[in-house]
Amino acid sequence: MSLREAAAITGVGETKYMRGTDRTPVSLAMEASLNAIADAGLKPTDIDGLIPYGMGAVAEDFITNFGLPDLRFSATTPMGGASPVASIQCAMAVIKAGLCKHVLLSLGRTGYSGGRIGNRVRQMPQFRTIGEFEMPSGAIAPPQLYAVMARRHFEMYGTTSRQLAEIAVTTRQHAIMNPRATMQRPMTIEDHQASRMISDPFRLLDCSLESDGAAAVVISAPDIAKDLRKKPVVVMGIAEGHPDSPSVITQRPDITTLGLAKAAPRAFEMAGVRHSEIDVAEVYDCFTYIVMCQLEDMGFCKKGEGGPFVENGALGIGGRLPVNTHGGLLSEAHMAGMNHIVELTRQLRGEAAVQVKDAEIGLVTGYGDLGDGSIAIMRRAA
Amino acid sequence: MSETPENPDRLVPEPTADTKPFWAAMEEDRLVLQRCLSCKKIRNYPRPVCDACHSMEYDWIEASCKGTLHSWTITHHPFHSGLTYQLPFALLTVDLEEGVRLQAKAQGIENSELKVGMPVKVGFEHLHPGLTLPVIEKP
Repeated sequence: MSLREAAAITGVGETKYMRGTDRTPVSLAMEASLNAIADAGLKPTDIDGLIPYGMGAVAEDFITNFGLPDLRFSATTPMGGASPVASIQCAMAVIKAGLCKHVLLSLGRTGYSGGRIGNRVRQMPQFRTIGEFEMPSGAIAPPQLYAVMARRHFEMYGTTSRQLAEIAVTTRQHAIMNPRATMQRPMTIEDHQASRMISDPFRLLDCSLESDGAAAVVISAPDIAKDLRKKPVVVMGIAEGHPDSPSVITQRPDITTLGLAKAAPRAFEMAGVRHSEIDVAEVYDCFTYIVMCQLEDMGFCKKGEGGPFVENGALGIGGRLPVNTHGGLLSEAHMAGMNHIVELTRQLRGEAAVQVKDAEIGLVTGYGDLGDGSIAIMRRAA
Repeated sequence: MSETPENPDRLVPEPTADTKPFWAAMEEDRLVLQRCLSCKKIRNYPRPVCDACHSMEYDWIEASCKGTLHSWTITHHPFHSGLTYQLPFALLTVDLEEGVRLQAKAQGIENSELKVGMPVKVGFEHLHPGLTLPVIEKP
């Protein structure tokens, strides 16, 4: 038994993406979820499965606000930014098992207006070890924890900050053409190089945004999906992967390899798709380096060759692999990658703001919690 | 040194029954590592089970404190009000002779000197009674 084509994305929704709000994460999540459900042509009471992001709105909030009479399944997938895409696998499994017909994935957050994300990290059980042994020395926030991975990559393979800048600049070019994106000011390589150092080798413009807003996705059984309002986007391959030493990056034998390296071969095999068939890729981009590392871990190039791979606008529209066509976490908004699933769906429906012409097959990745990975390969409806 | 014991945000270890021997040894300028009593695999950071043979029996060995530089980051941004060290500071990741890694702040090493594979050693910084952190120094 395989999850290949066991479900389809039938609805996507968002709020406006903001930097500054007095609204709550629950209110934001409800708005995006209602938009996603309406996009699918469903009623809120059609939702019989829920996978909330885990922080913000919980299943109880949806039952209460939507008046759900008999929710049949709820779960969370605690993998940080890898959760939304990993939730697709969870949703597909419960749909394939016949437990649910329509599963809602929802994320609402006040990453800009609410508590600083860095301060919450130590309280989470998956960060217990670094909380005791590394945070006292000052390794606290994701840019620091991930910077040692990038520095190792730089030293082993000759990767440069200018190569990371290519990713930031290309992503910004997409954002400027997307009215939903927060960042609308053009960026050059020189702007990136002049931006202040955060934690070497990461400069300010290597880092993603802190955003307020919400995004949501409806996943439906394939026999029902074909009769809904929009053409379904079919999930061909799906996988999650956990890195070695998942809680402590510095103890990982190879710190330049992420959990995605384990997941990607499984997803490509399930989908029966070759890399050359991918028309568009929405790749989790909390930091520029993480995009480059994932491109290697998925096999678009060899380990160590990510720097040259991303040069000369290769990730732009018309480039060798269009990446983060919405502007990503770097320039659209940080919705922990739920917005990447929304964008891939729009690309494969042909309704994206920055559309890859005739996009038929695409992929979306998630990354989080110090190295967890997830990947979904999708196709447009026949 | 922004060492302010009254700061409620100060980042301090909260040792558990599994980890107390590590911190107690730090107070005596010793780095200790868990060693599986069954298969002798050395592990870091402390945890209850050997990932090679799944034995829960272990003892503590004193590390050589000798190693080589594996990677680093130099932090410029004030991420947290409870930071132990003044900005900017360099955090180094070190491959110890015992086959495990340690991350700690650089002490007495210029950023321009940092190079993967350079020999380093683990030292000890006594911040206040009850808190000693490892630091990375030249051999």
